[in-house]
Amino acid sequence: MKLLFHVNSIGTNYSIAIYYRYLCLDVLWLVIMDFFKQPWPWYVAGPLIGLVVPTLLLIGNKAFGVSSSLRHICAACLPANIPFFKYNWKKESWNLFFVAGIMFGGYIATQYLSGNHTVNINPQTATLLKQQGVNDFSGLLPGDIFSFQQLLTLRGFIFIVIGGFMVGFGTRYAGGCTSGHAIMGISTLQWPSMVATCCFMIGGFIMTWFILPYLIQQ
Amino acid sequence: MFRLQSFHMYGIIGSAILVGMASVLLIKHFQIKTLPGEAVVIPTKKFHWGNVYGGLIFGLGWAITGACPGPLFAQIGSGFGVITVTLLSAIAGTWVYGLLRDKLPH
Repeated sequence: MKLLFHVNSIGTNYSIAIYYRYLCLDVLWLVIMDFFKQPWPWYVAGPLIGLVVPTLLLIGNKAFGVSSSLRHICAACLPANIPFFKYNWKKESWNLFFVAGIMFGGYIATQYLSGNHTVNINPQTATLLKQQGVNDFSGLLPGDIFSFQQLLTLRGFIFIVIGGFMVGFGTRYAGGCTSGHAIMGISTLQWPSMVATCCFMIGGFIMTWFILPYLIQQ
Repeated sequence: MFRLQSFHMYGIIGSAILVGMASVLLIKHFQIKTLPGEAVVIPTKKFHWGNVYGGLIFGLGWAITGACPGPLFAQIGSGFGVITVTLLSAIAGTWVYGLLRDKLPH
């Protein structure tokens, strides 16, 4: 429709110039959208995440850290007289809006910016996973493990419920997660965050190499 | 990522840290104020053994669920409704930590 409008508008030299300008904009738009619909390379996605640190600091001294939202949810919904949850969570409610934004971003990216391609993982990793019985690479997560039907199996229960519990318990015990420690903490040169991040990695390696192969084949 | 067959996640975390570090240095160097006009304060993190024990537990869970807390929210938005169960479970994990906090080594 837009293009028809441009063609009709050709008449004088002046409108040819306008037409040309619109055409350039159309091409630019296509190039931009094409970029957005590809999986973003790490050197685009990473720096954007890094920019969250100064953005939050400059908005009003807010520290980047996602796992704190879980604590605020506990404090808001079920404090149960536990001292750890007795604080003014409303003062930190920006954090809840922040995670709502992450959820909304996930929706936008999937609905409007994904070009219908399968998840971009190393072919060797895919082969390994297929040997272990994981075959669905269409989305962010393999549907053959992460689905409501699988929730009732032992394997699904371990991946979905036990895994989630460990994430929530571990991050709070460690005082932060990959955002609060690895990005915010290391960016501000705090060695306890470096220790915590190394422990995240060690835990991840132990699970992936020594435990996960048995869990997947359950 | 943990199979070391893909650089992607290391690139993301590494470049995020570098950009974060550079911007914090710039804020400090030019003494940039926050929008409401306050000086920028960076909360200090004190070491406790929870950094180690909790870190290991989180690492194990991270590799099972394929998500740290941030991506849990993104996965739900992406259409994986079942991850709401993982999120509720993570909230339960945080709650249990709060309950047992005094009994755990720190």
